[in-house]
Amino acid sequence: MRWKRKRLLFRALRKRRQLQPVHDRTRAIARNDILLFATIRNEAERLPHFLKHYRNLGVDHFLMVDNGSDDGSAEYLAAQDDVSLWQTSHSYRLARFGMDWLTWLMIRHAHGHWTVTVDADELLIYPDWPRRDLHGLTEMLDHDRRPSMGALMLELYPKGPLSAQVCQRGQDPTEILSWFDSGGYTTRYQPKLDNILIRGGVRSRMFFAADPSKAPTLSKTPLVKWNRRYVYVSSTHSVLPRRLNRVRGPQAPGAISGVLLHTKFMHTVVERAAIEKQRREHFENSDLYEGYYDGLIGDPVFWTPESLHYEGWQQLVALGLMSDGRG
Amino acid sequence: MSVGFIMLAHQNLDRAAQVSGYWAQNDLPVVLHIDAKAEQREFDDLKASLAKFSNIRYAPRRNCGWGEFSIVAATLDAARLMLDEFPEVNHVFLASGSCLPLRPAAELRDYLAERPETDFIESVTTEEVTWTVGGLDLERFTLHFPFSWKRHRRLFDRFVDLQRRVGYSRHIPEGVEPHLGSQWWCLTRKTLAAILDDPKRQEYDRYFSRVWIPDESYFQSLVRKHSTNIESRSLTFSRFDNQGKPHVFYDDHLQLLQKSDCFVARKIWPRANLLYRRFLGNEMKALARIEPNPRKLDKVFVQANLRRTRGRAGRRTQSRFPMHDLWAIQKTCAPYSVFEGFTDLFSNFQTWLEKRTGARVHGHLFSKRGAEFVDGAEVYAGCLSSSSKLRDYNPRAFLENLLWNTQGEYQCFQFGPADRQAIGNFLASDQNARIHVITGAWAVPLFHSDMEFGRIRRVAARYQAIEAAHVERLRSPHTRAQVKLWTLAEFVENPMPVLQTVLNGIDPGASRKLTEVPRLVDLQGFGRFVQKLKNEGMNPHSVGDFPLDDIPGAKTPRIKPYAIS
Repeated sequence: MRWKRKRLLFRALRKRRQLQPVHDRTRAIARNDILLFATIRNEAERLPHFLKHYRNLGVDHFLMVDNGSDDGSAEYLAAQDDVSLWQTSHSYRLARFGMDWLTWLMIRHAHGHWTVTVDADELLIYPDWPRRDLHGLTEMLDHDRRPSMGALMLELYPKGPLSAQVCQRGQDPTEILSWFDSGGYTTRYQPKLDNILIRGGVRSRMFFAADPSKAPTLSKTPLVKWNRRYVYVSSTHSVLPRRLNRVRGPQAPGAISGVLLHTKFMHTVVERAAIEKQRREHFENSDLYEGYYDGLIGDPVFWTPESLHYEGWQQLVALGLMSDGRG
Repeated sequence: MSVGFIMLAHQNLDRAAQVSGYWAQNDLPVVLHIDAKAEQREFDDLKASLAKFSNIRYAPRRNCGWGEFSIVAATLDAARLMLDEFPEVNHVFLASGSCLPLRPAAELRDYLAERPETDFIESVTTEEVTWTVGGLDLERFTLHFPFSWKRHRRLFDRFVDLQRRVGYSRHIPEGVEPHLGSQWWCLTRKTLAAILDDPKRQEYDRYFSRVWIPDESYFQSLVRKHSTNIESRSLTFSRFDNQGKPHVFYDDHLQLLQKSDCFVARKIWPRANLLYRRFLGNEMKALARIEPNPRKLDKVFVQANLRRTRGRAGRRTQSRFPMHDLWAIQKTCAPYSVFEGFTDLFSNFQTWLEKRTGARVHGHLFSKRGAEFVDGAEVYAGCLSSSSKLRDYNPRAFLENLLWNTQGEYQCFQFGPADRQAIGNFLASDQNARIHVITGAWAVPLFHSDMEFGRIRRVAARYQAIEAAHVERLRSPHTRAQVKLWTLAEFVENPMPVLQTVLNGIDPGASRKLTEVPRLVDLQGFGRFVQKLKNEGMNPHSVGDFPLDDIPGAKTPRIKPYAIS
């Protein structure tokens, strides 16, 4: 695993030339700032609320890589005072789904900072989040000597067909995507990476009933007190060194954990599925995902009478989908 | 008469300043000891913010380490300062920088004014102490501890071991009766002065500087020498978690703390803005004359600690994935019943059971065709899919999730040799499972089927082998489930007690009468069918000793008439 980590770090070093700085404001980063890293492509509808959400959480600086957007996302980001932007038109897939680029930026800028690494359609929440910002949360993690926090990716969907309701630019997507699957998540321990693999949820129920082992992984570790020797392995599902993946009890009972509200299934997902199917830039085995994209293009209804309406973090703690660190 | 506070603080000095300012403003003098390790700049800020109060003093700053005598020395300095500088003070209250007053200052003053002679200090003899982590109680007083417990745990443990083996024991000075208790006390001027001016104080200080964690024993022991009126309890509300660390209160404890009726609580998380605002603001509710009652909260904390150590049974997430054997005793979150063979024998077993008990009675949840949820639902509680592949991807997660998602409702389901067997081991090892098996009942549908006999024979042999392996697992000493086994013959002989057992198993408290029984399927000629299987060379042993009913002169099975459709 140590060699794997070194290999991945070296890989990021090689890919650094693919990045063109557009607006580098990283000189403004102060010592205890919380940083956010993300790769984006055509996220103009999501970005205003994305930035607002994480600013409210106390993120001090955003370090973003734009992978060839043509909808004005890059211009929008470049105009923000707390965003440093890089651009690249190289392959997302060959850069380990953007991870190589971010790894390079993290080597340079994240050392010693608490960092959030997410996609533009992921909104991180955790117990008591509107009142306790990330500075408060990370202080608590520091106090418990925890270098990382885990989060379950919770996929939100609308009632009715996916494309039926339109989310306006800047609107909170959870106003429309307000339903979720509350049970049906399977957990499995992976000794190799010392992490917990969680699968299930609505995508698994809708599209992967034929081969559940191909369903997307829902366990992530998006919040880490970074060191330049660290590296994410596959997306943010696992990170090296392995001890960072140990975000669970019982060795340390009742670890606090969060949820990434996944706002992928906005009205735009249907047309995007057609584009993504063409681009073949997502997932290791794009062939396996043909059925998935075809399913999305068909504008399906995810909602069932068993779906739950999202009511806030207290509900997710009560359901056991995240933990307030007390059990 | 007044109360004076000694506050020991080492970090988050802004909160310490806020709280001491609150006391000073309410005419309660404060002596602050700020750890020498705290930054000078922070200390200057604190002094500046408290400059407007004339009743605040600063004890000389010492470098304090956890569990070291320096904490006691700092407290003694501060106490001396308090007694000398504020002659009106009759009670001295020891607090920390992370303490928060929960009731108005005037209430505390009145409460103590009514008890001018009482010393509030938890002081328990070492034999009675139950809370010490690591098992050191009396030995704290009789051994040497040159190594830091926090930094050199192994050396610490080894050295303790060595002293035990050698039989080493320190001499305890005369007049010291070893007592332990919470560090946070409230003593009268008289007692405190007696401790400070004790002629043998130098000897005691020298002795206690080698005792382990003297802040929990110095005053607690010496107060026994000087005080005649000890209330052995702390006025400061604090709780320790299972690792022996103080419980940290956060905003979500607001209601709990309001209910405690205690005067002061610790530790408060420095960013618990809501708590600080609420308890230091004007909104503090007056409770006049109510006795502090931390007991009220103990139950809540015991539960919280239990949940912390055991976690929430039956729920695995990223932050909670029990891997140790201890956690595996209770695998699911609620009891449930598994029925094997009952639907083969009764045509309306599910509806009957549901009506009699109010439980949720599913069909074969592990059927190869997919999970047969009650009423044929395709998506059940919590959006569980009935897809067989999704279920078989992780059968135990499927069952754990079903039980978690349906908490409050009792779940039952059918199981048999035709189902996917992967879950069998889990069922047997789960304490929550109540398994009722009628072995050989799978033969009844075969008896009714119109398949050709050669095929029936092969299927029967396969089912019997599967069932035998399953039953063997259920009978193993590692089984934790409650298991009830009957052979088909035993059951047919006398079905009533079996049905009664089924009802009692679901709801042990309520004694339900068997007023109505399910319809038994037609078993005329079944004995002959069994004989035919035997004639084909198979040994249907799991059916039991079933009588041949249609041989002229043979005894007909005594099936109760009401149980026949």
